[in-house]
Amino acid sequence: MRLVVNPIACDAFGYCAELAPELIHLDEWGYPVIDREVTRGLLPLAEEIVAACPRRALSIRND
Amino acid sequence: MTTITAPTFPRLFAGIDVGPSYRAHLNRFGDRPTFNDRKAEGLRTLHQLLDDAPLIGRGGGGIAASLKLAFLSTSTKPVIVVNAMEGEPASSKGVALAMVAPHLVLDGALMLAEALKSSQIIIAIADDDTRTTQGFQRAIGERRESISMEISHPPAHYVTGEESALVHWLDEGSALPTFRPIKPSFVKIGRRAALVHNLETLAHLALLARFGAGWYRSRGTSSSPGTTLITVSGAVQSPSTYEWTFGRTLGELIEQAGGLVEGFGGALIGGYGGTWVGGNALSLPIDHASLRSAGATLGPGIVVVLPKASCPVAEVTRVVEWMANESVGQCGPCVYGLPALAKDLRTLGWSRSTRNQFDRLLHHLTEVDGRGACRHPDGVVRLIRSCLSVFSAHFDEHLRSGPCAAVNAPTVMVLPKNRRR
Ligand code: SF4
Ligand code: SF4
Repeated sequence: MRLVVNPIACDAFGYCAELAPELIHLDEWGYPVIDREVTRGLLPLAEEIVAACPRRALSIRND
Repeated sequence: MTTITAPTFPRLFAGIDVGPSYRAHLNRFGDRPTFNDRKAEGLRTLHQLLDDAPLIGRGGGGIAASLKLAFLSTSTKPVIVVNAMEGEPASSKGVALAMVAPHLVLDGALMLAEALKSSQIIIAIADDDTRTTQGFQRAIGERRESISMEISHPPAHYVTGEESALVHWLDEGSALPTFRPIKPSFVKIGRRAALVHNLETLAHLALLARFGAGWYRSRGTSSSPGTTLITVSGAVQSPSTYEWTFGRTLGELIEQAGGLVEGFGGALIGGYGGTWVGGNALSLPIDHASLRSAGATLGPGIVVVLPKASCPVAEVTRVVEWMANESVGQCGPCVYGLPALAKDLRTLGWSRSTRNQFDRLLHHLTEVDGRGACRHPDGVVRLIRSCLSVFSAHFDEHLRSGPCAAVNAPTVMVLPKNRRR
């Protein structure tokens, strides 16, 4: 599974990286970069940030 | 009554001497076959033909035409969209087809529409492209068809030709790409599906349907059958759009374009989001497989030849600056990343820069890659990375001794004005 950012929706609020530094870092302009696959262990965290994103810009995909 | 013979070569341009009229077209190629029987038999036959050829799309995505058909369910009657956007500054194949063979393009679109029981064809031509518009207006005016064919004019921008942006514009009047994490997928206009094809793909279809897959495969290579249109510009005597048999080399293509103006320094293949090849590439065959092994793709059919004396750092910088201004401003990594890359390159090109500054460029490349909603930033990344690898000696020279003598020479790359949006 992987996290996907919709770059059109994302407004660089940065909550996702703050909540899940093990999955995401911010680039120098404040936009999230996905660092790794979502493992089973990281799934709850990934789901948490998907729910927390104020722009609904994050989703989890099975591929 | 003239007998119709299948063209050997050229194919799409077989009628170049008799002009683009519908009468000349019918004399040369005959009536189009129809695939419009009541049941889906015609559609199946057409599908089979696309598979047998196989007809690979000429828009740059390299998608098999049959695959796009397979994505449609049999019950939908899609709008057929002819993509004649020509967002690439170094391409002129759209206008070439409009001037020489507009009826092949219309035939291809009509055959698809008939097979799919669609009632509408939209030909999308950039709003500033008057010559292509005139060519198609004239051609449509000569026809009596029951299927509606209309020209639509999205704004001329680099990314407007991207399929989702084009359909978005036709649908809502906004020429912005949409986010499609899984590609290819459905595109829709209103509640109807849209089937988008590059205009050249449709022209090939018109001939393939008439003369068959065996004929189609009788030129080219086994994995890249047929011919393709390539616009050649830069350091050649006769820059123009040429019909080209897949598998013949870059050197032969340059000969076809009148030969070199001066020494061969390399070439950009595939357009401004394409790939550079170096001074040893003259023997490179131009077909999908050979280009892929050189890390390149033909894109919508573009080759820009770089003269030996020019500065690749300066050339790529100007293209990246232009591409940065063509970003449609939706995605942060594209909006901020492309100007950052342009600035890094300008520093490397025009001042005495350090290893650190070079490493900054490399860092920005990884930060930008794959992070836009569309492929625009990825194209810029590919352009810069291939330039770095092919012209590494020249970049080293800049790092060691500052700007080279050619850095302010006139640009080889065509750079139209960026339009305000
Ligand atoms: S929380 Fe959402 S809007 Fe904010 S940076 Fe992350 S993805 Fe973008
Ligand atoms: S990646 Fe760039 S060009 Fe593509 S949609 Fe986003 S901002 Fe626009």
